[in-house]
Amino acid sequence: MIDFETPKPIEQLNNVVETVAVNMMRPVSREMDEKEHAIPWDFINFMHTAVKSMGGTSMTPDSDKSKKDGEEKHPPIGYQRLAHMVEMLAWGDAGMYLCIPGGMLGSAAVAASGTPEQKKRFLSRFMGEKPVFDAMAMTEPQAGSDTSAIRSSAVLDEATNEWVLNGEKIFVTAGQKALIESDGFVVVWATIDPAAGRGGMRSFVVEAGTPGCKVTKQEHKLGIRASDTVSIVFQDCRIPFENILGSPTVEKSTKGFKGAMATFDATRPIIASQAVGIARATVELIKEELAKNGVEIRYGLPRQKLTSLERDVIDMEVMLRSAWLLTLKSLWMADNKIHNPKEASMAKVYAGDIVVKITQKAVELLGPLGYTRELLLEKWFRDAKITDLYEGTGQINRMVVARNMLGYRGSQLR
Amino acid sequence: MYSFKPSEEQQMLIDAIKRYAMDDLRAAAREAEEEGHLPADLVEKGWELGYLQASTPEAYDGFGERSAVTGALALEELAYGDLAGAMAVMTPALFATPILLAGSEAQKKAYIPPVIEMEWKPFTAALMEQKFDFDPNDLTTTATIEGDTIVINGEKSYVPYAADAEAMLVYANLNGATQAVIVPKETTGVAIGERQKLLGLNALPFYTVSFQNVHIPLENRLGGTEGHDFAQIVAASNVALAAMAIGVSSAALDYAIEYAKDRDVFGVKVAQKQAIAFMIAEMGTTIEAIRLLVWEAAWMIDEGKPDSSKQAYLALSGAMDAVMMVTDRAVQILGGHGYIREHPVEMWMRNGRGFAAFNGLAIV
Repeated sequence: MIDFETPKPIEQLNNVVETVAVNMMRPVSREMDEKEHAIPWDFINFMHTAVKSMGGTSMTPDSDKSKKDGEEKHPPIGYQRLAHMVEMLAWGDAGMYLCIPGGMLGSAAVAASGTPEQKKRFLSRFMGEKPVFDAMAMTEPQAGSDTSAIRSSAVLDEATNEWVLNGEKIFVTAGQKALIESDGFVVVWATIDPAAGRGGMRSFVVEAGTPGCKVTKQEHKLGIRASDTVSIVFQDCRIPFENILGSPTVEKSTKGFKGAMATFDATRPIIASQAVGIARATVELIKEELAKNGVEIRYGLPRQKLTSLERDVIDMEVMLRSAWLLTLKSLWMADNKIHNPKEASMAKVYAGDIVVKITQKAVELLGPLGYTRELLLEKWFRDAKITDLYEGTGQINRMVVARNMLGYRGSQLR
Repeated sequence: MYSFKPSEEQQMLIDAIKRYAMDDLRAAAREAEEEGHLPADLVEKGWELGYLQASTPEAYDGFGERSAVTGALALEELAYGDLAGAMAVMTPALFATPILLAGSEAQKKAYIPPVIEMEWKPFTAALMEQKFDFDPNDLTTTATIEGDTIVINGEKSYVPYAADAEAMLVYANLNGATQAVIVPKETTGVAIGERQKLLGLNALPFYTVSFQNVHIPLENRLGGTEGHDFAQIVAASNVALAAMAIGVSSAALDYAIEYAKDRDVFGVKVAQKQAIAFMIAEMGTTIEAIRLLVWEAAWMIDEGKPDSSKQAYLALSGAMDAVMMVTDRAVQILGGHGYIREHPVEMWMRNGRGFAAFNGLAIV
């Protein structure tokens, strides 16, 4: 039965998260943007307590958790709840959102392909007294979307039963906080057999303080400046054998790699949720500013009678709402264990597109006011673009959508 | 609780309509378009699917309840087959559904059963007028109350099947508000004009109709002497048109995909070119996104949510842009062949543009 009613538990949580976004994020949003590499500890410490109460990891909703006390009749809503949370936090500040401690992308990888022992070893640290962060290191200077071009290597030293990592990773979100500011870890993608292509690709957990693992650079970015983005160099970095996620032997199939790619089915709609959050903030601000100046949007009029400004706002609302519904649907599928790579990428493509269009149009519409740093609009214009880039660019996601729609394998549409 | 899955009953309806839409409407669409005529048995077969009957309560001789969500699902499937045929099958709803929504009890009892009991008959409605900035809430056609009669003056256009209509619902400006009046067959002062020639929908007979001092008993005012709320009719129409726009878009997309996967170019299939594949990805994504907006608007109508009118307006706004984008690209993907009338995509592109003009030509 088609239903658009927000589930009660989500609505309640949403109210709490909104309070956080309004009171803990928005007031310092501008300041954190201006002081690029400063870390918003007040916000982080506050969120640490909140994330702990949810089990320490925020990117891996455990659907089974809600199945206590005979409530198992309700369909799972873990990802849908997460989407709402992320949307609201990105509405608060998309950069600070990325500073939330606890398990994020790295933990999602551990949760997806780790053994029970690994999960316990790596994920329990988020429940401690101090905030702890994780990170995911995939991109290399020569390998962005084309992950098969990854050169970082992992060689097993059988004498010590250790993996020896060598290589350089860039664009690691929260790497500084994971490795320097806390006892976190970074999940590193490397090949155990350069000749095996994707079949040789594995992920490894490298913990903070491991010798041979060094944060070498913090990037200066267009937006999401409250969030650190670092380069990490691995030089004969030795980690225990047990830190490999998945099978240690090279297989002919790329099953392991594909399994890891499957985490995108959840993480891409989460990025879409961020995009929607930024877009909603923008549309709300535009409407407020226009209302202050006596401009009301006359819904219901034929287009021929609308002003150009009204049409732009109406278009924004259409894009915003449809993007959100597309995102929700893809995560509703994830919650209900319906295969969703097409829908996940659709949400990412669409939300990444519309938030860029909406924020760019919004700065245009407010003219001299839109371009100043007095408002947060210009910041959202800068923040928005990242959602069309990370977790797969809009183009990579178009490939995924197209392949799924056309029934093509990667080799048929490259 | 969110859910994006039609109920089993809805799915059965969708499947039944899809068969009719493809085997009958689609199969006949091109000839109907060229001939300017839809065979009566084709329309009758669609009518016999019983969608309107299933949306009408037993009290008025139907066997179900109206649901805008079900309506949106049904109309998308019908329009997937052929827009002209879909609108033809559903033309009687233009008369019956507003009466069901806003009519007085006496009107419902008197006017709905004849529509749904018998075979498909051209009951219709007259809302649109020939001007560039046509606004359903600011009509040129007037209605004035003189004692216990209502007098209508003005000129309507895009009235489907007006020439043979059993009765029509005529919308007019009554003291600044749009109100509908039930106008019986052969009423003095009603003159059916020429059949209109349009960019698309050539199979569907549209007429201009003029009203000159047309006197109608005041009790024929929709809702009774006190009238009715027009906004809910507009919302129901916007959702219906939006759903049909999604149906047309979806048809164009599927056709383009099939063509692109079949056609060779430079040693590969057209669909294997990123320039084409990306267009297809964007078409599919937009359709899926806007379809959900349409569903939500329909759901809001069913739930009586306060913002349902606005949402329906947004849904149609999104859908009319989506259908133009998608049908244009479908023609583009077929290249020169898309321009040839052997393929349906040029027809869908013409039909697609119509959603910018259509007002009140469908209802859920």
